[in-house]
Amino acid sequence: MTSIFEPNGKQVSCTIIEAGPCVVTQKKTVDTDGYDALQISFGEKKEKNTPKAEINHFAKANTTPKAIVKELRNCSIDKQVGEAITCEIFTEGEKVSVVGTSKGKGFQGVVKRHGFSGVGEATHGQHDRQRAPGSVGGSSYPSRVFKGMRMAGRMGGDRVKIKALKVVKVFPEQNYILISGSVPGHNGSIVLIQN
Amino acid sequence: MQNAVAFVHEQLTGKKEFPKFKAGDNVTVNYKIIEGTKERIQSFKGDVIKRQGRGATQTFTVRKISDGVGVERLFPLLSPNIDSILLNKKGRVRRAKLFYQRERSGKSARIREKKHVAAKA
Repeated sequence: MTSIFEPNGKQVSCTIIEAGPCVVTQKKTVDTDGYDALQISFGEKKEKNTPKAEINHFAKANTTPKAIVKELRNCSIDKQVGEAITCEIFTEGEKVSVVGTSKGKGFQGVVKRHGFSGVGEATHGQHDRQRAPGSVGGSSYPSRVFKGMRMAGRMGGDRVKIKALKVVKVFPEQNYILISGSVPGHNGSIVLIQN
Repeated sequence: MQNAVAFVHEQLTGKKEFPKFKAGDNVTVNYKIIEGTKERIQSFKGDVIKRQGRGATQTFTVRKISDGVGVERLFPLLSPNIDSILLNKKGRVRRAKLFYQRERSGKSARIREKKHVAAKA
């Protein structure tokens, strides 16, 4: 992350994203595939680590093997197979959504995972209850724990979408864009930007 | 990834001219204050107790004693609101972060001046 200054001197923290070039590798249509979608690919991959079938698939679009392949349905981008989508589709000041996989947090308790407040107080004779989940259900009725009861467990590593982030700056030559605020995932992770 | 950060920082940091200063130095920061539509410059003079960060997000903290009360102010180095930074005195200190200054007052809070600084051509 970095930050940028607005003309009035306000500092805005922002994330640097390498947005493309994403090559269109296939166009799926209702006639051939049963649905409409645009398949885009990003990131280089070594040819020796790529199955022949994939190499030929990318060769159809006149491109080298790519690491990430993603299908976009209901996509308004009008590009032919083999053409690249660059960061120039973004304009400075527009609002975008960013989809990514959040950082894994491991096994976490209910306070961190679900925002519980813990049970009771720190003093007045209580101990070991500050991060406890409390009761999970009635004893005689229903005499069981309801499905979906929020408890401790694995946290993070989920698909997360953050909406209404602002595109602060676009560097068309390097395909870098700056987005205000933070985005899901660790440094260097792959995200999908929707506008 | 590192290249991207370095590149963006290079683009953002611009060509602002500041004197070289570090923790222990006595500086005057002339800071633009916008009041409604008017703009004026306020100066803040004190000792730098911290320089932090790199690239476009660098900051430094200036500490002064105002009416017997310690006042610290943190400035983003590349803020467009910084009109100028003047270096008044070079300090001779042994640390990069002078947080120990917060526990000191009066004579013990003085910072020795670095004399015999080699003149640079």
